[in-house]
Amino acid sequence: MITILFFASLREALGVNREQFDCKLSSVTDVASLIEALRGRSAAFSEALAPTRNWRVAVNQEIANTNTPIASGDEVAFFPPVTGG
Amino acid sequence: MTSILETAVRIEISETDFDVNAELSKMRVGRADIGAICSFIGLVREANLGSRVSSMTLEHYPGMTEKTLRNIVAEASQRWPLQAVTVIHRVGKLLAADNIVLVLVASAHRQAAFAACEYVMDFLKTDAPFWKQESTENGVHWVDARVSDTAALQRWNQN
Repeated sequence: MITILFFASLREALGVNREQFDCKLSSVTDVASLIEALRGRSAAFSEALAPTRNWRVAVNQEIANTNTPIASGDEVAFFPPVTGG
Repeated sequence: MTSILETAVRIEISETDFDVNAELSKMRVGRADIGAICSFIGLVREANLGSRVSSMTLEHYPGMTEKTLRNIVAEASQRWPLQAVTVIHRVGKLLAADNIVLVLVASAHRQAAFAACEYVMDFLKTDAPFWKQESTENGVHWVDARVSDTAALQRWNQN
């Protein structure tokens, strides 16, 4: 199992801030395959995580990319570009 | 250059306001080696992109935020001889004119304090996971990231 987090406008668009996800059931091994599995769920997920959308991903609280591997116990977060300060 | 002492770095995410003088005092107590302290305070500006901002709500990624800010301060302390750094960022609901962020940087001389203060703010803007949602007369909306913030990082790559 991994933990998936969604923040800010992505959290609002998807109506979820946190979920547990079984990587084995969906053959998820990296960020790219996780996105594919999530986008297959619904139109909202498909649109929010489309490659053309300007989202960011972090694995275990470090900025990651679609090639970053994912293993059981990882924390994966999706969010829009940051706007603090 | 040696890295800054862990005990001289103060990172805080807070729902309540900060007291600039109290933070300056904490930084200075028992330190006669500090020659310069540079401070930056970010505020909620009423006018943003043609709208009047009445309030904003700041969200962050607990854990990653603190980690990212610590990394930024560590990077800064590799570039300049820093003696103490404080970064306090507020989250939750803020009103126009409220404080958002405080950065204090102490060094023996002003050049390092000025430069490192700008460096920390520039990277906080582009890397630290905070998101602003503004309330204006036109409704509530998430603030878009600015290209100028990413462009501001380029000067740090050149030296």
